[in-house]
Amino acid sequence: MSSVAEPARPRHAGLAALGRVLAEPMGLFGLALVVLVIVSAVFADQLAAYNPTRMMPRDRFADPGWTHLMGTDHLGRDLFARVLHGGRIALWVALVATSISLALGAVLGLIAGYGPRWLDNLLILIFDAVKSFPTVMLALTLVTLFGPSLTAVMVVVVLVATPSYARVIRTQTMALKTSEFILAARAMGAGMGRILRVHVLPNVIGPVLILASMDIPVVIAIEAGMSFLGLGVRPPTPSWGAILNDGFTNIRETPWIAVAGGLPVILTTLGFTFLGETLRDVFDPRLRREG
Amino acid sequence: MTALLSVEDVRVTFPVGGLFARLAGGPGEIEAVAGVSFEIGRGECFALVGESGSGKTTLARAIIGLQEVASGTLHFEGAEITGLGPAALKPVRRRMAMMFQDPVGSLSPRLSVRALLAEPFRIHGLTDRDLEAEVRRLLALVGLPPEFAGRYPHQLSGGQARRIGVARAIALDPVLIVADEPTAGLDVSVQGDVLNLLNDLRERLGLSLLIITHNLHVVRQVADRMAVMYLGRFVETGETEAIFAAPRHPYSAALISANPEPDPDAARNRIALPAEVPSLLARPSGCEFHTRCPWVRERCASEAPPLGDGARRVLCHYPLEPGDFAAPGMSSGIVEAGGPGGARSSPSEGAG
Amino acid sequence: MNVLSVRDLTVEFRTPGGRLRALDRVSFEVGKGRILGVVGESGCGKSTLINAILGLLAENGEITSGTIRMSDGRDLTKLGDAELRAIRGQRISTVFQDPMGALNPVLSIGRQMRDIQYRLPLSRAEKDARSVEMLRKVRIPDPESRLVQYPHEFSGGMKQRIAIAMALMMEPELLIADEPTTALDATLEVATIELLKELQRDIGCAVLFISHHLGVIAELCDAVIVMYAGAVVERGEIGTIFHHPAHPYTERLLECDPGRLHERVGRLPTIPGEIPDLRQRPAGCIFAPRCHRAEPRCAEPPPDRSVGPGHVARCWLAGETAEARA
Ligand SMILES: Nc1ncnc2c1ncn2[C@@H]1O[C@H](COP(=O)(O)OP(=O)(O)OP(=O)(O)O)[C@@H](O)[C@H]1O
Ligand SMILES: Nc1ncnc2c1ncn2[C@@H]1O[C@H](COP(=O)(O)OP(=O)(O)OP(=O)(O)O)[C@@H](O)[C@H]1O
Ligand code: SF4
Ligand SMILES: [Mg+2]
Ligand SMILES: [Mg+2]
Repeated sequence: MSSVAEPARPRHAGLAALGRVLAEPMGLFGLALVVLVIVSAVFADQLAAYNPTRMMPRDRFADPGWTHLMGTDHLGRDLFARVLHGGRIALWVALVATSISLALGAVLGLIAGYGPRWLDNLLILIFDAVKSFPTVMLALTLVTLFGPSLTAVMVVVVLVATPSYARVIRTQTMALKTSEFILAARAMGAGMGRILRVHVLPNVIGPVLILASMDIPVVIAIEAGMSFLGLGVRPPTPSWGAILNDGFTNIRETPWIAVAGGLPVILTTLGFTFLGETLRDVFDPRLRREG
Repeated sequence: MTALLSVEDVRVTFPVGGLFARLAGGPGEIEAVAGVSFEIGRGECFALVGESGSGKTTLARAIIGLQEVASGTLHFEGAEITGLGPAALKPVRRRMAMMFQDPVGSLSPRLSVRALLAEPFRIHGLTDRDLEAEVRRLLALVGLPPEFAGRYPHQLSGGQARRIGVARAIALDPVLIVADEPTAGLDVSVQGDVLNLLNDLRERLGLSLLIITHNLHVVRQVADRMAVMYLGRFVETGETEAIFAAPRHPYSAALISANPEPDPDAARNRIALPAEVPSLLARPSGCEFHTRCPWVRERCASEAPPLGDGARRVLCHYPLEPGDFAAPGMSSGIVEAGGPGGARSSPSEGAG
Repeated sequence: MNVLSVRDLTVEFRTPGGRLRALDRVSFEVGKGRILGVVGESGCGKSTLINAILGLLAENGEITSGTIRMSDGRDLTKLGDAELRAIRGQRISTVFQDPMGALNPVLSIGRQMRDIQYRLPLSRAEKDARSVEMLRKVRIPDPESRLVQYPHEFSGGMKQRIAIAMALMMEPELLIADEPTTALDATLEVATIELLKELQRDIGCAVLFISHHLGVIAELCDAVIVMYAGAVVERGEIGTIFHHPAHPYTERLLECDPGRLHERVGRLPTIPGEIPDLRQRPAGCIFAPRCHRAEPRCAEPPPDRSVGPGHVARCWLAGETAEARA
């Protein structure tokens, strides 16, 4: 329903939260880094002068300089272009995989928390089983089965992240289940779908969103790690992990390649972690009293 | 005339304690509602009063299908509704609305008043109506300005939240409203407004009301009939006027005598009850009120009294006679004790 | 010696439609060992008053003027969060209006009662024993076995009594109770009144008691303040207010109480008219639009007139003789 008077709360709360994030030095720093990474990934084509996969055999192992800002690798590809495009891949994986995990985790968590007891027990069993599988083993199994690919990376992330999101949502849903406004919705004849969507979800999603924002660096690290091991993106697609790997093979002669692969991973991870932690401090319900 | 709602011998139980408690021979469950029967006619207002924790809310929830009943039957508009699933209950829930005990807690915290009031229409697929107009209409009905549509529950005072609850309950023109403490937290003027509003609807639309309240002044003003609940049972049922004029169950008498009067100098002649409220885990033998009854006699501890039947039902071996006790502020203002033939023990009187 | 004294307290909320003045120059004091009742229209700012005292105003609210002093003379409006937290835990206890919101739904009652005693150097078992003792005082049956239960397993009135028990655990200097008896039946209501009186005798704490039930106010309180639309329109000793109200709003409020009606009436008395929009307060007397005694001079803001000892009313007519009014 569109309306004349916009509800006050969400807008004010959003602005106020942003204000408080900016007031924290850590939050400000995190936000700046995150914005930097996002902008450079989005405008990679405009910012980089070269195509990231174009090989220039004459320029192999070129030193950083004006023609190639970060130099070139063993195949003569422009590293600056590869780093920016690698950022694109990293963010894309993080975004898609986290969104899927969030959606899946929310649905499963709501069902586990609100549905019948046996279903809850079953889901918890499955979550625990998946979680108890070490990430590396999971990755290796999947890659053995389906071959290395970006999809494999995402599947690993989804499998690892979903159970923890689902658990958080489940616990909160259970706490809400007996509250009077849920009873009131039932008494009005609302079905389970509507109750979960309209009455439960908005009240439980906050903490998971914060959790997810703190998981983004982990996902980026997983992607880089798997690509480093050759289990992620396939060459010649640029990825920070792959660059890092190239760098390590030639670390004595051309150390900047390893730096070019490693530094973005560190900065991005740092940025998202700082931002995520500040967000958590700002929103954590235990530290704040709602009016 | 068939009753709008008829409740027959309804019991509601809750499991208690863990597995260990049950293995150790604990009862395993409590009977929050222990066999209750009554009827509400069309256009009638029936009040439920009683001890806190005596099962009033549980009974109301059982009626509206939020609580499974262990045994007994419920009929609404002639059809049995006991144990129906949410889908089968959906049409029933358009005809029967509930107002909850906690005014703020029963409103979804992330929804605006506008969304809260539109919710019943959305649930029942009535989105072809002009919802914005419906919201304004409902707000006007409960005496709130239209600007309130943009507020969120935490920005309302307790009384304002209560009015939103009333507005939501009457949104779909139900025939029965089950109101759990509809006026708790309202000042006397707004309380009058809400009750007059419910009363108007009752007259105009033939609405029936089941009101649960602790405010005996309210009961006396609005209810046609009433029931007094104690430990999950109706201990007295009858016409409101008759019960107030001369309560026949000792608990009803104590309750009515305890009613605080708005006069700092009023003489307070109260029937004081011992503080120990019995537990549902260990219901007293015989008459369940005998542990606190000022008029208790030997038979009471061993033998459960019959409820009797007819318009006035009293769950007591020795119902009080009109002369036994008169509530302050009613006919004589004097507490008298003494049963038939003076055989009763004297009730202890509360300090004035 | 006043345990609490509030002077000219004004609180405003920022809302989309402008600033909303929820409290307007509120003044009163609570003496040691006294019970002060607060009555008034729903939405007149009673809960806001409590939140202002406790430093728990919603994020969009602020104290724009006035002072709130405790017995040591400290002004609560000037204190920082940490100091206020210490005062809230120890010197001022509160029973909030919403019993559900006051209890954490995912922690057992026993755990929550233990948690509020964290400052006491007692063992877990000793703390539990105190909890049981307190629950028994507020008449929860089987307190031992109920410690492990969660809030939703208790009835509305039981939750209310548990909240009272928790507020009393720390033996505060001032107890603030926001409608603590609305969810209780008459016998328990009376028992709670007795309990509060007893506690107040035992530990000499002062009580700020909010209720819509005029009968309860009449029975429990020594003095009362009457609020309307954010203003204290009248304050005085209990007997004076109930028998000789000086403000027309108090007069109407008392008339509306169904407890005064000894006959069943078709329509309950109400005060005609609407609550004023607190964002655009009328220039003169706030009650004027609904007042049955309004006169031309009521378009000007009325003074706080002293009518008798300790009896003050914010009305032009206050203190003028009944004949003059009639
Ligand atoms: N979900 C539950 N699990 C276990 N016990 C419950 C549950 N809900 C209610 N009870 C118990 O059932 C009894 C009746 O509770 P109910 O809420 O119906 O009382 P009530 O008459 O509405 O009281 P009040 O006037 O205080 O609201 C109480 O002893 C309560 O502890
Ligand atoms: N956070 C808020 N934002 C905007 N307005 C608010 C907010 N909190 C309260 N108000 C408004 O301030 C006024 C006073 O509210 P308050 O809750 O203090 O009333 P109250 O006297 O406790 O009422 P009741 O007896 O109904 O509980 C009301 O008009 C209310 O709508
Ligand atoms: S049966 Fe006996 S104990 Fe029970 S209420 Fe009647 S007189 Fe009292
Ligand atoms: Mg109840
Ligand atoms: Mg309030």
